[in-house]
Amino acid sequence: MRPFHLVAALGLLVMALMLFSINLGSSEISLFDLFGTERSHAVKLVLLEIRLPRTLIAAVAGASFGISGAAMQGLLRNPLASPGLIGSSSGAALGAIIVLYLGLGEVSWVLMPSGGMLGALIAMVLVYVLAGRDASIVTIVLAGVAINSLAIALMSLILNLAPSPYAVQEIVLWTLGSVSNLGMTDLWVMLPATVLGWLLFVGTGNALELLTLGEDTARSMGVNLGFLRTRLFLAVALSIGAAVSVTGAIGFIGLVIPHLLRPLVGYQPGRLLGVSALGGAAMLLAADIAVRLMPPGPEIRIGVLTAIVGAPFFLFLILKTRRWQI
Amino acid sequence: MLKISNVEVSLGNQKIVRGVDLTVRRGEVLGLLGPNGAGKSTLLRAVLQLIPTQQGNIELEGAPVNSVRVEQRARQVAYLAQQGPVNWPLTVERLVALGRFPHRPGWQRLTAEDRAVVERILDQTDLRQLGERTVTTLSGGERTRVLLARALAVGAPLLLADEPVAALDPAHQLQIMQLLRDYSDEDHAVIVVIHDLTLAARFCHRVALMHEGTIVAVGSARDVLTPENLASVYNIDARFGMGEDFFVIPWQSPGKQR
Repeated sequence: MRPFHLVAALGLLVMALMLFSINLGSSEISLFDLFGTERSHAVKLVLLEIRLPRTLIAAVAGASFGISGAAMQGLLRNPLASPGLIGSSSGAALGAIIVLYLGLGEVSWVLMPSGGMLGALIAMVLVYVLAGRDASIVTIVLAGVAINSLAIALMSLILNLAPSPYAVQEIVLWTLGSVSNLGMTDLWVMLPATVLGWLLFVGTGNALELLTLGEDTARSMGVNLGFLRTRLFLAVALSIGAAVSVTGAIGFIGLVIPHLLRPLVGYQPGRLLGVSALGGAAMLLAADIAVRLMPPGPEIRIGVLTAIVGAPFFLFLILKTRRWQI
Repeated sequence: MLKISNVEVSLGNQKIVRGVDLTVRRGEVLGLLGPNGAGKSTLLRAVLQLIPTQQGNIELEGAPVNSVRVEQRARQVAYLAQQGPVNWPLTVERLVALGRFPHRPGWQRLTAEDRAVVERILDQTDLRQLGERTVTTLSGGERTRVLLARALAVGAPLLLADEPVAALDPAHQLQIMQLLRDYSDEDHAVIVVIHDLTLAARFCHRVALMHEGTIVAVGSARDVLTPENLASVYNIDARFGMGEDFFVIPWQSPGKQR
């Protein structure tokens, strides 16, 4: 498929899913009602204050998961790498949960996302320092595993110390990931770090392409590996930190989407970045729509759905990689 | 083109390259020979500034190599790594095109001029019919040719090739060496690390023999690959063809007299 066609197709898919998402809800209000004669306060409230932020946040967070996954897989030259590898997801979750646990979330709405982003950055810096500037891929992965384990252990400790079953439930549900009950303020708070992260991804495509030939060859062709690594770590920490601190931990998008789209861009790690952002947005929007279309009852959290779909895919990847020794 | 003066390189506490002097000119293929661990690859990596030198100077076109901007150096020196990995199954054409990236800023796509160079290299290296194949489906010989084509596509005045013919059959070995020779004929300089003495004598304008981090001898194959040098450096006996075409065949280890 030609790159332009793929981008156009994914772009149209994202737009279609966004329109569907805005028109979907328990009350029968559609986008057309905004332009109708009876533009009641309720219509505006439902569309602009409830469904629009939900849709936009799903698209933005999904794009962050997708592009970060593609960047990490390109940087580490491994199709099994995910954005969570450098600790940003678990760091963000831990940061947000600490705020939740201390009850600071009610003091100011900005504290929880800020705590999440700070957690993501701290985790990333720890992995970076632990691995060292010129670390091999294995060292980075090991440092990531160590920091992820520490973050998960601390989250378990917080659950252990939680004052009431209600607090435990609140924390656990939050970690399962969701874009419901979010407002425009949540979008505004995640947007600056997200945009900064996305901007850092811009222009790294060629360097990722050259890394295909190994670090020595890439460096001989002008790639400043230390700078590229720092830049991508920061980009992933900012965009994933912002997304996770608002939506909770939603896994597998960053792993699955780049892998699905890679053959369509001729396995070129640079070209994969942009299309993975669109693919990630489409997947999270679709997952959110799927969650809302489920029969009434306890809401299935998005993180649960993406994991239920993603985990078997991960197994499939491992089986495929056993044969696909490149 | 390249002037290496009194260069020393240490890895950890171990001195790998000790006081090496070497000059390479445009229009020549210099064969860098020596036993495993002699410091050949380390010397190439030092020229590329992939590892720091502890002492000495490396000059590229008269300028100290560490004062040349990384982007400029990438256009001046092309590198074919020893058993270089290919991490994603790119198509042959796309992989060769990577050679043009040092000529473009990070965000820019390849121009028509770049594509013309890639086309020319694909023809020169006889890879056109493989252009759409993915690298992972190629044989060892084809794959080496593709990786060399990528290095040639840089169009750098200096090409450093680290053991490009290891593990190839004779036909592919001859093909790769001829490509290096052709590249030098286009007024480029080539340093090739090679273990095959016969091929080195056949294709290299000059050879340099390295042993334990130093250059033991440098000059024409006839002058360098002498029975004494081969015995002291490799601890082998060789048979020689001393006619118009000089050739050398490693024959036996000492003590295995027949």
